[in-house]
Amino acid sequence: MKKVEAIIRHFKLEDVKNALAEEGIQGMTAVEVRGFGRQKGHSETYRGTEYAVDFVPKVKLEVVCGDDVLQKVVDTILHTAQTGQIGDGKIFVSDLANAIRIRTGEMGNDAL
Amino acid sequence: MRHFSLAAFCLLLLAAPFVNAQEANEDARPAQISIPVVTDDAGQDEKVMTDDAGTIDTGDNAWILVASALVLFMTAPGLAMFYGGLVRRKNILGVLMQCIFLMGLMSIVWCLWGYSICFGGGGDGSLVGNFDFLLLENVQLGWNDGPNFTGAVVPMEGSIPRLTHMLFQGMFFIITPALICGAFAERMKFSTMAVFMVLWGTLVYCPLCHMFWDGGLLASWGAQDFAGGAVVHISSGCAALICALMIGNRLGHGSDPMPPHNLTYTAIGTAMLWFGWFGFNAGSALSANGLAASAFAATHLSAAAGTLTWPCIEWYKDGKPTVLGACSGAIAGLACITPAAGFISPMSGVLVGILAATCCYFACTSLKSRLGYDDSLDVFGIHGIGGILGMLLTGIFASRAVQDLNDGSPVGLVEGGGYDLLGIQLMAVLFTILLTVAFTFILLWILERTMGLRVSQDEEMEGLDLSLHGEEGYINLP
Repeated sequence: MKKVEAIIRHFKLEDVKNALAEEGIQGMTAVEVRGFGRQKGHSETYRGTEYAVDFVPKVKLEVVCGDDVLQKVVDTILHTAQTGQIGDGKIFVSDLANAIRIRTGEMGNDAL
Repeated sequence: MRHFSLAAFCLLLLAAPFVNAQEANEDARPAQISIPVVTDDAGQDEKVMTDDAGTIDTGDNAWILVASALVLFMTAPGLAMFYGGLVRRKNILGVLMQCIFLMGLMSIVWCLWGYSICFGGGGDGSLVGNFDFLLLENVQLGWNDGPNFTGAVVPMEGSIPRLTHMLFQGMFFIITPALICGAFAERMKFSTMAVFMVLWGTLVYCPLCHMFWDGGLLASWGAQDFAGGAVVHISSGCAALICALMIGNRLGHGSDPMPPHNLTYTAIGTAMLWFGWFGFNAGSALSANGLAASAFAATHLSAAAGTLTWPCIEWYKDGKPTVLGACSGAIAGLACITPAAGFISPMSGVLVGILAATCCYFACTSLKSRLGYDDSLDVFGIHGIGGILGMLLTGIFASRAVQDLNDGSPVGLVEGGGYDLLGIQLMAVLFTILLTVAFTFILLWILERTMGLRVSQDEEMEGLDLSLHGEEGYINLP
């Protein structure tokens, strides 16, 4: 089992969700996050005082999937969330020890 | 200390009915309502009227009652939202609490002694009013058992009941201290704030109010302040500057980013202030007449011009017109037109708005950053500067068509009335600044050595919401 964490642009969230659902992914979690990578922040001016804002708002989408569909999930996110501009985000993949459905107690792939 | 003040307050409340009863027995007092006039020449005694439909102008009364509610609306939600959005999220409740608590506190001070010190009369050139209206005696409706007349009496102030006048003016007594709160936002001790406002209201606001609006010293000079350019805006703005200087900068001022946490609130608050300001300025005609209409129009046009000017300066200088700039411009225009609204024509109001936004823009940006003081929400930059400018512009633009101050001869400089009014206005401005700065400094100096002005460093870093009030402004739990 793998956990895929994709940090993407806000306006891509709906597209990515729909594309993943079409691929058969049944659940995911979205979190509002702020961070920075190569995309530099911006400056904001309030009554003449300028502030540099380094942390840029993004959405983090978390998807847990079986090893067999990992490639499909990653490809789907990659193609859907891409604009080609700096600031498209990143995808992180990690191993996941287990998943448990609280209602039934099912474990592993059955719980997804 | 705490028990003592509570006990004193309770005693005061208990004593209130007896004070009224005692004074009602003294028939010989001047301007005493227990001698009502019910004969045909009732109109000759303007301060004593029965509840007779012929003596109350119901139109005037209706308008001033509505205007009173509008002015209260300016403090909360208007000013509370405006200021609340400008602070950091950990301090929003601190700001809202200051505004709402002051609505309660200043109203009680007003009915106990504030109204009397402001409007109790005292003769030409007096500094404060006398105690005729203490505890609303001679203000609230009374009962008369006299030889000529038995029945309820309504003390009058012009064409409206004195109660209406008391309410309307009381709302000004609330918003003026609330304006100062912007200067020491995010760091002032709440208990000290409450004590300071009671003392400041009594020692600074009340005398100024009396001197301008109840035939006191400044009125006898011929100084004109229609709706509170000096009484409200210069006084609160200059007090704010002294507060900012004496309390000191916020921790991390100049190094940590301190952007407004929610400009949406600020924009909503601005719209509410603009709305309420019609009551503030047009209501100051104390009548539903042509003067009220003219003040209403001048107020609106000045606010409109300010709203256009400030963001346009930013657009030209920084490349983008900002929402905060539009809000600041509106408030600058409104503060500046306040003393002038009932003296200048609405079209002059456009010029006033443009000048106000321009001057306040540079006061809030260049002047503040050059001098380094942390007037956190720019009370001095907008209300202080706006008020001073407005008082002076009154001397320049005043028109006899709006208010005939000189028996038909020209009034303001532009109209050909010479420098007389402008000179008087300048004197009144200097007097107001001196009085405010002196008393504010003395009060803060004493409070700093007795109660302390600031919260502790830990409390300031934690945020006033949690450290002073034990609550959070934003709890996102279902």
